[in-house]
Amino acid sequence: MRRTCFETVLKLQKKNKKIIFVGSDLGPGFMKHSKDKVPERFFMEGVSEQAIVGMSAGLALEGYLPFVNTIATFLTRRCFEQIVIDLCHHDLPVKLIGNGGGLVYAPLGPTHQAIEDISILRTLPNMTILAPCDANEMRSLIPATLKWPHPIYIRLSRGDEPLITKKNHKFVIGKSVIIKRSEDFIFLSTGITSRIALNASKKLDQEYKVKSGVIHFPTIKPLDTQTLVRSIKKAKKIITVEENVLAGGFGSSVLEFCSDHLKEHLHKISRVGLKDAFVDDYGDQSSLLNKYGITEAKLVNKMLKLIKND
Amino acid sequence: MNKFLNKKALEIKLDDRSKYLRKLIVQALIGGGRGHMGSAMSLVEILRVLYDKFVKFDPKNLKKRNRDRLILSKGHGCLALYSILVDKKFFSKELLNNTSKTGSILGGHPEYSKVPGVEVSTGALGHGMPIAVGMSLAAKIKKEKHKIYVIVGDGEINEGSIWESALAASKHNLSNLKVFVDYNKIQSYGFTKEVVDLEPLIDKWKSFGFDVSEINGHDIKQLTKNLVEFKKNKKNKPSVTICHTIKGKGFYFAENNPYWHHKNSFSDEEIEELNNCLE
Repeated sequence: MRRTCFETVLKLQKKNKKIIFVGSDLGPGFMKHSKDKVPERFFMEGVSEQAIVGMSAGLALEGYLPFVNTIATFLTRRCFEQIVIDLCHHDLPVKLIGNGGGLVYAPLGPTHQAIEDISILRTLPNMTILAPCDANEMRSLIPATLKWPHPIYIRLSRGDEPLITKKNHKFVIGKSVIIKRSEDFIFLSTGITSRIALNASKKLDQEYKVKSGVIHFPTIKPLDTQTLVRSIKKAKKIITVEENVLAGGFGSSVLEFCSDHLKEHLHKISRVGLKDAFVDDYGDQSSLLNKYGITEAKLVNKMLKLIKND
Repeated sequence: MNKFLNKKALEIKLDDRSKYLRKLIVQALIGGGRGHMGSAMSLVEILRVLYDKFVKFDPKNLKKRNRDRLILSKGHGCLALYSILVDKKFFSKELLNNTSKTGSILGGHPEYSKVPGVEVSTGALGHGMPIAVGMSLAAKIKKEKHKIYVIVGDGEINEGSIWESALAASKHNLSNLKVFVDYNKIQSYGFTKEVVDLEPLIDKWKSFGFDVSEINGHDIKQLTKNLVEFKKNKKNKPSVTICHTIKGKGFYFAENNPYWHHKNSFSDEEIEELNNCLE
């Protein structure tokens, strides 16, 4: 997903002279092709996220389409006020690409784990939040951002995620994707948790004869409320899944929508995500997902328990 | 001691035009019943010289491509900006009467989507300069000839983002960028020397790779000469002018008085004195 993201940016950058890449202090040789092919629109600006976001706002005010990239925590927490005022208040088409959204940087500890990026950015007017699930989706997502006139945050995962969308998958901002169709028992998921939800759903079908479905939400904001209304009304049980703290995250946005518009269905929804705590272990992304219960087995058990208690 | 740090060197008598622009500020202060009085009065001459003689603008075509960009990074000084924009016919003088009131386009900090002539919304300190650096970089990439002027406050340059963007401006040799520091020596809590001493300020900017000059920020001749030199300058680096100014300039009770940084109400006596000082 990560490689596809930057390859696609470069491909578009060669054709579209408005596209500018702005990084902070990424690894040696990163985006070398961009630096070589379009040096006048490639910038590596050092560890100065506040200035980088402000500069990107200035570039966007002058008609450019900046893609700004660094580690997700520093691109969201460090320069939050620049995102609020410079990007969102001015409503500028700057695209923030956050490396390692969620638990990707597990071995590096809580300074590097972006587990609340979705929550904090969701509060911002004009902000769009995207969390694709695999490389196929990413390939289609980057071009779709070019005509979107608002700031966008793109949450990048690690890079070797198994593909769950088709090669010709067409990503549309604000539209969810039915990965596995079913009506009664539904997982609503985002980012790489859609793969976990898909595996759980298959297991429920195969081992427990429970027909379940998965709807993937690559756009967390604005929420695809049309699909939500349709699926929530029909479903018996719904589990939201995310690699983010539960406070204010994707599941919260579903609950908020339901509370405002589908109150009588609110009881159907349960959430799976990270608890209200800093991550207190190292390891890797999957070991931490396992530790915090964002796994195929936990999702299967949770759905079975919900059905049993009904 | 630096000659500009001597207050006497700054005791310049205001001419009619400077008084007129201050009258507009007073109109907004009294109309709104509040405002950053001291912070606006210190930068009147900087804006006056820029708009009278140097900044290319067109109030009828706000997005004209070859216009110069002026960003008031110290957004709390916006009453001075509103005053010069009224003078240059960006909007009507009557609007000043409702500053910061319900339904007004003029707030306590300037918003670009509301106020004609305001390029960028500022008020959160340390934001305008990085944006100006981005605009300067854009002009450089496009080989456009317009200039980018940005005015920062002395308290504002406590912000790390100012210095992050100064590094970037220097790295990219942004010779189209002119920074003015409104060095009135007072920030919200009190004197900058006591809150966070900025000295040696010239050395700081020099060490960040800027072409540095230092003037009396109320002296029309010095400001003009400084900007003429900037326009002629062939140095391949960004430029900063440290403008020694007086907070509350023109009002004996407010000059160098931290309590006039911002006021949220005025007594009848204060209103009378605000008007009297400009007669």
